[in-house]
Amino acid sequence: MDSKISERPARTPLQTTATEGLKIVIVGGFGVGKTTMVRSVSEINPLSTEETMTQAGVGVDYNTGAQAKTTTTVAFDFGRISLNEQMVLYLFGAPGQERFWFLWDRLFSGTLGAVVLVDARRLEDSWYAIDRLEHHGTPFIVARNNFEPPTHELSDIRRALTLPDHIPLIDCDARHRDSSKQVLIALVNHLYVLSSARETTS
Amino acid sequence: MIRRAVESEDPDRLYTLTGGRSRADDVDLDLVTLIVGEADPVAGMQSEHVRILRITRHPTSVVEISAELALPISVVKILIADLLGAGSVSARHPSSVGTLAQLPELDFLKKVLVGLKNL
Repeated sequence: MDSKISERPARTPLQTTATEGLKIVIVGGFGVGKTTMVRSVSEINPLSTEETMTQAGVGVDYNTGAQAKTTTTVAFDFGRISLNEQMVLYLFGAPGQERFWFLWDRLFSGTLGAVVLVDARRLEDSWYAIDRLEHHGTPFIVARNNFEPPTHELSDIRRALTLPDHIPLIDCDARHRDSSKQVLIALVNHLYVLSSARETTS
Repeated sequence: MIRRAVESEDPDRLYTLTGGRSRADDVDLDLVTLIVGEADPVAGMQSEHVRILRITRHPTSVVEISAELALPISVVKILIADLLGAGSVSARHPSSVGTLAQLPELDFLKKVLVGLKNL
């Protein structure tokens, strides 16, 4: 059931018993519904912040007096779900563009897993994200966000994304709390399968 | 979504806030490390430190403090490191989990699943 955003206080404090922060990242192209998904399941209004990284330019000519620096800035939204008295899950909505991956290790190392949110009309926006997650060894699932009734079979989407069979691909409607919740459950179930497989092989 | 003025922040002001430091080298703070205030603000304290101590009367993650102060994560980490050094706050660090090589334990995942299903 949707709750009206205006009814929620600006930032509800966590319980004093909270000890364990967890991260799940929702990655996707512009306008695919990342913030919508965060908002639909978060117990707080989504907040926004940013990280900047300044690097001295390579091959700087000090004689010019003006040292070239490049600044990388990445803004992202997040929400929060208290899972129990100790565990607090933070959901981050993150843009999949190149400069974001530059900061992945600094911001999102230790992430439980990721959801790649895709728009069937713009699948190419998610190719890079899928490639990067594989590169970083981050477990992920793919969720197709349906603003309208889908016109393609999921098997077509899987083929277009060249997504291996073992990576879950599901449908969702990010506007709905229950649907977004099912996406998170699908991701954790996937982690469970991966973790079980590791335990039986080790 | 609440858009703040972080993007238009004056770099010189950020530099001043942190006393020219650009990294919190000796403290390992994650986005979701929970910070808990252990002391009340005292007279003469830097205003950002005072704000952090007020916010962390309840456990608050590094990323929430960053959003609340409208300052970049790296700047907030340095400010928190100062308070940790002074013993004014304590940190509750997350368990290290995350890559395919370091998957969380099944019991841990079960707890996450129960929490999500109860939403």
